Amino acid sequence: MIEANELTKQYGGRTVVDHLSFTVRPGRVTGFLGPNGAGKTTTLRMILGLDTPAHGTATVNGVPFRTRSRGLRHVGALLDAGQVHPGRSATAHLSALARSNGIPLGRVPEVLREVGLTEAARRRVGGFSLGMKQRLGIATALLGDPPVLLFDEPINGMDPEGVLWVRGLFRRLAAEGRTVFLSSHLMSEMEHTADDLVVIGRGRLVAAEPVAGFAARSGRLGVLVRTPQPAQLAALLTAAGAEVAPDRAAGPERLRVTGLPADRIAALAFEHRILVQELTPYGASLEQAFMALTADSVEYPAGEPR
Amino acid sequence: MTSTEPPARFGDLIASEWIKLRSLRSVLWTPLLVGLFVLGTAATAALADRDNPRVETEYLPFDAFPPTGWVTLMLAAGSIGAVTSVGEYSSGLIRTTTVAVPARASVVLAKAVVAGALWTALGAVLSVASFFLSQALLGSHGTSITHPGVLRGLLACTLVGPVCALVGLGLGVLIRHSATTMVVTTFTLLMLPMFFSTRRQWSADVNGMMTTSAWRRLVQTWEPGIQDGISPATVAGSWAAYALWPLLLTALAVLLVRRRDV
Repeated sequence: MIEANELTKQYGGRTVVDHLSFTVRPGRVTGFLGPNGAGKTTTLRMILGLDTPAHGTATVNGVPFRTRSRGLRHVGALLDAGQVHPGRSATAHLSALARSNGIPLGRVPEVLREVGLTEAARRRVGGFSLGMKQRLGIATALLGDPPVLLFDEPINGMDPEGVLWVRGLFRRLAAEGRTVFLSSHLMSEMEHTADDLVVIGRGRLVAAEPVAGFAARSGRLGVLVRTPQPAQLAALLTAAGAEVAPDRAAGPERLRVTGLPADRIAALAFEHRILVQELTPYGASLEQAFMALTADSVEYPAGEPR
Repeated sequence: MTSTEPPARFGDLIASEWIKLRSLRSVLWTPLLVGLFVLGTAATAALADRDNPRVETEYLPFDAFPPTGWVTLMLAAGSIGAVTSVGEYSSGLIRTTTVAVPARASVVLAKAVVAGALWTALGAVLSVASFFLSQALLGSHGTSITHPGVLRGLLACTLVGPVCALVGLGLGVLIRHSATTMVVTTFTLLMLPMFFSTRRQWSADVNGMMTTSAWRRLVQTWEPGIQDGISPATVAGSWAAYALWPLLLTALAVLLVRRRDV
């Protein structure tokens, strides 16, 4: 369990995290989402006691993490895969960390096997690819067998096989009853991995709820209709209270209808003898919902007039 | 998930820092090369004095402590000491370390213990080896280890490594930037004494409190007299300089590492 309570942090007079409160529950994978520069990493750093909040508190299982004298058995974290010394081997890196926390050194080959780095154990980390460094970072997080795990952008630089593996790993860790907190700026990543979401923009909380609720609340459900008489059908459906928009990308015969369920649309078309060739309900993607919610809180929007 | 946690032991941190140190090849090779260099300079100094009948016996033990060799060792100890701390900041490893051990001051102290022990051991072996090598090369002129001031010189050489290593280590924690730390460490050890001439008493006193000057004073087996009305640094003052620099910088490092964001 991670609890953030009114967390606030300023850098050079700029408020990066602004009275942020949320709870991350055990036994679930929680996605921590926000555009670049939204304050995700700063929040994680405050939870880990690396940064001192200007205001507010963060606790891990009820205790401010900084007050622990040794950390690996309480929290496993991957902040940045580059946070290793390039001159050391994976084994030396993990051994030093394990030793500092009184973890038996036999645990090192175990976690290396778990992340698939057994072959590279003796090689210098400086020669690792980003994906391999991410795996080493995950091995570091797993070292102390902790009940709480935090990962900052863990999927960056991983190949598709790695992405699948890491998703499975997160699900398994949560199934074991652990608290798993993953940050990302890509909603699509979370769609397949997370149970809950904490969404922030410009350091403020935008949403904190289960993924399904987030999608239902923010996504607009609609129906894609194909008909040779789009004008007549559009007029008919609008009169019945629906919103109709031609789907220009899909062709002139296709309409996007929101506000009426598919069976009502079919019944109306049947009554007025309008041929319907296709009727496909669709849900707004989580990505769209996320973009819509955070649109006004993007820190560095592209294409802004100067 | 583990439910039982062993007590947090400082010895674990020392063991961890030792693993970090010995797993870096450069950290292992540099002291070895520096050691050979020190022995080489001692041998050269002894060979030069052997055939020089005008050198008084009083100065012969000094061949074991040639400044070219030992100042090089000071530079190496300072730099490697700095690398052990600032290297964690420049690579970002410090964040991984701090998550593993939230007790930040303990990590700094463990690093200090390991660096101090490593350079003390090397310094002890090297000063004794360099003394016996130089005196053996001097043949019949060679002095014994019981000669007045020799033991003090050996101790000063043994301890100059850890003193400089801790200066570098402390500066690394305070500065947190590789290149700047290296420049400041070198500057502090080598250049700073040059800013304080020995022509005025106050300036000479400050000069005497610098690590390199303190070392020079402590390895002198003869007693320097008053020159041009300026009294030389005392042995006690020089030992105080040895203690002050590492203590001050380690204390500052421990203080600041707790307060700053990592």
